[in-house]
Amino acid sequence: MSEKVENICHAMAQLTLREWSAEDEFPDLSQHSNLMAKHLTTDMYSRLRERVTPTGFTLDRVIQPGVDNPGHPFIMTVGCVAGDEETYEVFKELLDPVIEDRHGGYKPSDKHKTDLNPDNLKGGDDLDPNYVLSSRVRTGRSIRGFCLPPHCSRGERRMVEKLSNEALDSLTGDLKGKYYALKNMTDAEQQQLIDDHFLFDKPVSPLLLASGMARDWPDARGIWHNDNKTFLVWVNEEDHLRVISMQKGGNMKEVFNRFCTGLTKIESLFKEKGHEFMWNEHLGYVLTCPSNLGTGLRAGVHMKLPNMSKHAKFEEVLKRLRLQKRGTGGVDTAAVGGVFDISNADRLGFSEVELVQMVVDGVKLLTEMEKRLEKGQSIDDLIPAQK
Amino acid sequence: MPFGNTHNNFKLNYSVDDEFPDLSKHNNHMAKVLTKELYGKLRDKQTPTGFTLDDVIQTGIDNPGHPFIMTVGCVAGDEESYEVFKDLLDPVISDRHGGYKPTDKHKTDLNFENLKGGDDLDPNYVLSSRVRTGRSIKGYALPPHNSRGERRAIEKLSIEALSSLDGEFKGKYYPLKSMTDAEQEQLINDHFLFDKPVSPLLTCAGMARDWPDGRGIWHNDNKTFLVWVNEEDHLRVISMQKGGNMREVFRRFCVGLQKIEEIFKKHNHGFMWNEHLGYILTCPSNLGTGLRGGVHVKLPKLSTHPKFEEILTRLRLQKRGTGGVDTASVGGVFDISNADRLGSSEVAQVQLVVDGVKLMVEMEKKLEKGEAIDSMIPAQK
Repeated sequence: MSEKVENICHAMAQLTLREWSAEDEFPDLSQHSNLMAKHLTTDMYSRLRERVTPTGFTLDRVIQPGVDNPGHPFIMTVGCVAGDEETYEVFKELLDPVIEDRHGGYKPSDKHKTDLNPDNLKGGDDLDPNYVLSSRVRTGRSIRGFCLPPHCSRGERRMVEKLSNEALDSLTGDLKGKYYALKNMTDAEQQQLIDDHFLFDKPVSPLLLASGMARDWPDARGIWHNDNKTFLVWVNEEDHLRVISMQKGGNMKEVFNRFCTGLTKIESLFKEKGHEFMWNEHLGYVLTCPSNLGTGLRAGVHMKLPNMSKHAKFEEVLKRLRLQKRGTGGVDTAAVGGVFDISNADRLGFSEVELVQMVVDGVKLLTEMEKRLEKGQSIDDLIPAQK
Repeated sequence: MPFGNTHNNFKLNYSVDDEFPDLSKHNNHMAKVLTKELYGKLRDKQTPTGFTLDDVIQTGIDNPGHPFIMTVGCVAGDEESYEVFKDLLDPVISDRHGGYKPTDKHKTDLNFENLKGGDDLDPNYVLSSRVRTGRSIKGYALPPHNSRGERRAIEKLSIEALSSLDGEFKGKYYPLKSMTDAEQEQLINDHFLFDKPVSPLLTCAGMARDWPDGRGIWHNDNKTFLVWVNEEDHLRVISMQKGGNMREVFRRFCVGLQKIEEIFKKHNHGFMWNEHLGYILTCPSNLGTGLRGGVHVKLPKLSTHPKFEEILTRLRLQKRGTGGVDTASVGGVFDISNADRLGSSEVAQVQLVVDGVKLMVEMEKKLEKGEAIDSMIPAQK
């Protein structure tokens, strides 16, 4: 690191200690219901406020989204973000309990298993297309050596975009595609991307805005997709990369195949240029939001469950299957016409194959249940044990 | 505390070209002035409290602006911002404040007795009168940059100062975070309540952090003198009442402001002020007096006259809708106020409003009678 940068680093550490005590500075979390507020104590705050990551990310930056967004009694948001890979180490005193809470008791000593071999998935190519309208798998990736979206500079963000373009440009065959930079998209291109449901918009969620992820929009943000429109990469939105494989119908196996193949190819292209993805054996893939650690994977389907969704045991069944429901607009939207987005609830502590397997098996079971209910039959014997 | 990528230690490893913002679609004062050379010169500087160039300009990058409305696009994080980043801010100030030069001196005059007239604006036309300004407390960082501890200290000092006011100024403080529903309803009905900033100009500059911690509203029992604490500036001071007695509004404004200043000085925290920029505020557009003196006035005929805009320009006035900045007028009622902030005194600016409004009411009356107003069009003030 240059001397100039080191000096600023030192000055930065000093600034955080100024004349104000931890009590003076401790946020008012009395109205708050999020994981950060649950775990942050004044003692913890007074210790962690003296620390800073090598790139200059401080505790106040980690917790700002949680301070500014008190949360909802029913929805427990995380309320903290990482600004770089080291955040999870420097601020582990806060982030370990948050991670444990969010990821079903995942301990600081636990190891996370990565499995992106699609051959290990059993079945998944025959989900009933009369019920399963579409299948999708997404994850995120961070490029080691760069700050994350809450903290990256324009220069870093542009470099991430440049490197991503180079990697994506060299994809071939089924994965061959094109990049559409947000800032010089034509109206026609924009309309097409909206019609394809590919376009991502400037974040309006206060959770994202409070963390600084929307700075300099739309500079260095863009969307890449293959010619077949089944493999899509978002560059510099909430994470450096969001990778999405999707298609109509119920062939989750094919979706997952393409997902793994594409992801592995991209990773090797980055490695050729001397860049890796942020990963470690404890947290798996390192992403901006602690909720996305591990696999960062959300695999799901849009499926018709008009009867099942009204059944008294619907929530319980989902829970036991380790699945969650969302509306068809994604997180925090409502279901329309009995169609639900059903996906894995877990991210960390299970491999990619295991999570997609849960979706495949769970969706098959839910389809059976829906068919039974259609015929006015009971589903009691189908209720599963807790996975 | 810093917001955004301000203290990203990696960014100086990237060249100026790599880091320079894309301002090609931008129309604001910052984008007009900032060149790569200037960016390169200032990018590794910071004020004593740690405010950087990227902090100053972030709001202008995130808000490209509008072809018709020239926003400033930069903010100060502390008093020293105006010194450390003068190479950027001086030209911005000059552009925004009618050619104000780095060597110019600003005159402060809060002696209300120097105002001539102003007590007889016709209440059939002038529905209400109001004067507002902002003040920053010396020794603390400004809203884009201050920490929770600083913000709370400002609130505490403000409450102490305001609680010691008496007579016509005696009043009460309502912290935003512990307001009852009834209090909130009342403050909304009185048009006193300020809301969490939604304007991206403000949110992109980090001014909404930790909301509503440390924020509140104080007003006197008569509801004619009001102070906002920790919104866009440390303090916003407002004097207002129905009708056209601007003189009385200004008197109360000056007296109240000076009483408050005395109390802050006693605590060794006077207001930020210097002889070049006058009162130092968060947005460069509010430097100098920080004063907006205005009326809500019925001008249904004059406002549709082809020379309306020209008259306002010559009178050094501006119009807004009755909801404030960026709102439309309703029922021919306009918010008319001084356009200038820096380079003329408080008295001079309120005088412009008083004289200008008188003239426009005369014009409105003439137009009502179907008479011409050509002979009344003023020269450029």
